[in-house]
Amino acid sequence: MGKSATTKDDAQALFQSLRSAYSATPTNLKIIDLYVVFAVFTALIQVVYMAIVGSFPFNSFLSGVLSCVGTAVLAVCLRIQVNKENKEFKDLPPERAFADFVLCNLVLHLVIMNFLG
Amino acid sequence: MAVPLDTITKPTPASSTSTLRFAFGNVLAFFILLLIGVLAFSIRLFSVIKYESVIHEFDPYFNYRVTQFLTKNGIYDFWNWFDDRTWYPLGRVIGGTVYPGLTLTAGTIWKVLQSLNIPLSVETVCVFTAPVFSAFAAWATYLLTKEVKGTGAGLTAAVLLAMVPSYISRSVAGSYDNEAVAIFALIFTFYLYVKTLNTGSLFYATLNSISYFYMVCSWGGYTFIINLIPMHVLLCIVTGRYSSRLYIAYAPLVVLGTLLAALVPVVGFNAVMTSEHFASFLVFIVIHVVALAYYIKGILSPKMFKVAATLVVSVGLVVCCAVIAVLVAVVASSPTKGWSGRSLSLLDPTYASKYIPIIASVSEHQPPTWPSYFMDINVLAFLVPAGIIACFSPLSDASAFVILYLVMSVYFSGVMVRLMLVLAPAACIMSGIALSEAFDVFTRSIKFYISSLSESLQTDAGDIVSGNNASPQNDVLKTDKREDAVKERPSRKNKKKDKEIVEKPSVKSKIEKRPLVLPVEASFFALFLTVLLGAFYVVHSVWAAAEAYSAPSIVLTSHSHDGLHVFDDFREAYAWLSHNTEVDDKVASWWDYGYQTTAMANRTVIVDNNTWNNTHIATVGTAMSSPEKAAWEIFNSLDVKYVLVVFGGLVGYPSDDINKFLWMVRIGGGVFPHIKEPDYLRDGQYRIDSQATPTMLNSLMYKLSYFRFVETDGGKGYDRVRRTEIGKKYFKLTHFEEVFTTHHWMVRIYKLKPQKNRIRGKTKKSRSIFRFCRSKCHKNFKMKRNPRKVKWTKAYRRLHGKDMTQDSTFEFERKRNRPERYDRNLTENTLKAIKTIDKVRFRREETHHKNRFSQLIIGWFGSIN
Repeated sequence: MGKSATTKDDAQALFQSLRSAYSATPTNLKIIDLYVVFAVFTALIQVVYMAIVGSFPFNSFLSGVLSCVGTAVLAVCLRIQVNKENKEFKDLPPERAFADFVLCNLVLHLVIMNFLG
Repeated sequence: MAVPLDTITKPTPASSTSTLRFAFGNVLAFFILLLIGVLAFSIRLFSVIKYESVIHEFDPYFNYRVTQFLTKNGIYDFWNWFDDRTWYPLGRVIGGTVYPGLTLTAGTIWKVLQSLNIPLSVETVCVFTAPVFSAFAAWATYLLTKEVKGTGAGLTAAVLLAMVPSYISRSVAGSYDNEAVAIFALIFTFYLYVKTLNTGSLFYATLNSISYFYMVCSWGGYTFIINLIPMHVLLCIVTGRYSSRLYIAYAPLVVLGTLLAALVPVVGFNAVMTSEHFASFLVFIVIHVVALAYYIKGILSPKMFKVAATLVVSVGLVVCCAVIAVLVAVVASSPTKGWSGRSLSLLDPTYASKYIPIIASVSEHQPPTWPSYFMDINVLAFLVPAGIIACFSPLSDASAFVILYLVMSVYFSGVMVRLMLVLAPAACIMSGIALSEAFDVFTRSIKFYISSLSESLQTDAGDIVSGNNASPQNDVLKTDKREDAVKERPSRKNKKKDKEIVEKPSVKSKIEKRPLVLPVEASFFALFLTVLLGAFYVVHSVWAAAEAYSAPSIVLTSHSHDGLHVFDDFREAYAWLSHNTEVDDKVASWWDYGYQTTAMANRTVIVDNNTWNNTHIATVGTAMSSPEKAAWEIFNSLDVKYVLVVFGGLVGYPSDDINKFLWMVRIGGGVFPHIKEPDYLRDGQYRIDSQATPTMLNSLMYKLSYFRFVETDGGKGYDRVRRTEIGKKYFKLTHFEEVFTTHHWMVRIYKLKPQKNRIRGKTKKSRSIFRFCRSKCHKNFKMKRNPRKVKWTKAYRRLHGKDMTQDSTFEFERKRNRPERYDRNLTENTLKAIKTIDKVRFRREETHHKNRFSQLIIGWFGSIN
């Protein structure tokens, strides 16, 4: 009983510190995070829908899910690149990062449109 | 080579004394690359020079045919192409079952050339696609190695790749096969991956997935990439080398790559359904978990992170177990455990020979022998370990990737000879690194010696002027000082910008330089030996390109004491087929010759080199190993009109059908159990001499191969391939007739005899067929009239001396039961002779009638008298 209480305390403390640490991140990163969460959420909805209804037009399902996952992944990449705390991308201007992001998205969604059938 | 290499391998302070020098190095590198491209292209032209500009072997003919279709009908018809000329009566969906990369590439090149008003034929474009792409592959190797170890190593690796025999064997001019473009795509994909890994740029990640798409289009070997890259990512994670660049290099590649791969019809949903691709998804999940962990670690205090870790690990373990259980269930539920046969044979080398004879029957799917390693990568095999060591100092993500690539490809090349091709670039990169490092060390020590020599002159002069004493005992110490001076001098002279660029290598060399300076004699000697090694490699490669790998295998040559012999029998036979048979006739042969028959003779075949239907091939195999009558029935049921066999016994061509026959038996017996391999073997030995089993001697393949063979050498029947006299020399064919045999007997074509007419009325024992010139005759026959007693018949007239019966002109018309080989001169002479003989016979008949008439008149007068 006592052990579970400590884990609960620990979890609470962890949650607290996570929230405080996260609130320090800049707004533009927060927007990207929201975008990522939204994309992942959409992908999850599609997977659940597939589980309930079935995967008949499989390419549609695949392109839907992969579109969301791809968007999320690319957004994460963008977030990594524009993050000021990330020392590895110090000399990469955020404009360049965003241009790459747009290009990659363009390719991704052209492929998706092609694959949608 | 040593001089430019010297300059290029050292953009380090020692050689680049100014930015101008640096630029000069770049220009030189560019020209060297250009020359490498020319070398890669021209070393592959031996086949065109020694033979002619033809497509080689088997598969290239199919690719050529597909390209022809593409250029004629356009891309949309190509995707929807259902080919009814192969796999009769099943047909084959070409658009959905072919890797389109090569065809589309060649088709695009052709189209571009046409639009530029350069009228090259499709065949020419196809012949030269492979050499052009090998030049690209050499440049891609340069880029990849440059990312790993710098320009010098890159150039060396590119030179090595331009002439590595293993790659030459698959990309000589005319070898129009998937591998020709796929190796370029493979290396270029790896380059872009490493480039993304080094820069962390999303732009290169996009390019990487597009290049991966091209690879998927070109070759089934793309699974190598999609398994190798996840392995590298996993390796990086496990060894604690995870970085956000790794994430950017990997995660977009998986998503985009999977989608793009699914666009290729032949891959389709396989990109997410088969277990060759599961590894990438698993690592995709892993890298996300790791990325999240690193992110949280970054924003939390270490103490809190520990708490979080224990929490996550305890929950995560449960989840992981569940996921693994689900995965195992999914994999186990899919047929063949989700692995296709070819992939399984990669993991377990004995798999194919145990379960899939059709895969094991292909010689390039056999495990290689040691000599073939030496033949195919030559001295690289000895340089590779040195390259590995060089990669470990210092170990970067990129060099770890190259090492992993090498290790995996060594394993795979040990499974199949064919995959030696994947090993070749890895070996070239490794050897390039090793050679360049070696050159670096040797030239540096020589340079050090020279500079120390000049400096000692200077110091000597200084000594005289200043009068200072340089004690000889301090020599060792002084050398060290001088060495420092050597190191510092260029950095003093360099601008700050330059220094930044070369900072890393110079730091590295500072650590290593001291132990790596060798005595000058040793380094000169070693330099000489290295150049010798390179020369040996060049000589071997050129020999391999000229002699071993440029034979097109449809035109064969042999040198004998009376000069060069050219055997062009294959094209002779295919030309005969296309000129002398109906367009819709079906030709049966063993599957090796299917592609060539459809491409060169334009006739429908039963099976071809795309071995997608095992049963169909087994049917043909069964027919070939059955006795004549059973074989005739099988072939007749398939609507076959001609049977083609390849026979090398006369000229000693070893890869003929008799040598492949056991595979036909095995593949046939795998589906039709009444064909048993032991029936064809005498005490486990395959033989065709008098000791051969009766099943063997009665099989269709034996009969079609050796029919009339004994006539060629006056009754001996000596087979030059098997080096023995054949077992059964004199026999007749009952259900097949020989229609064509090529000049050197290498291809023999037989026609199925037509089905016998049902005999009306009572069947005779001899089963002879009666043919009637008109119904009047037939009616009289049914009335059982004796033709010799009916006055209007030819038989009556001949019997009673009313027509000419004995004359030499009839000899010509007599039916001979011996087929003649087609000969243009003979036919022409025959046609001329027919006219003359007709004239002669007409004259003689007139004389005959005149004689009879005069005799008759004399008879009358005689009776009157």
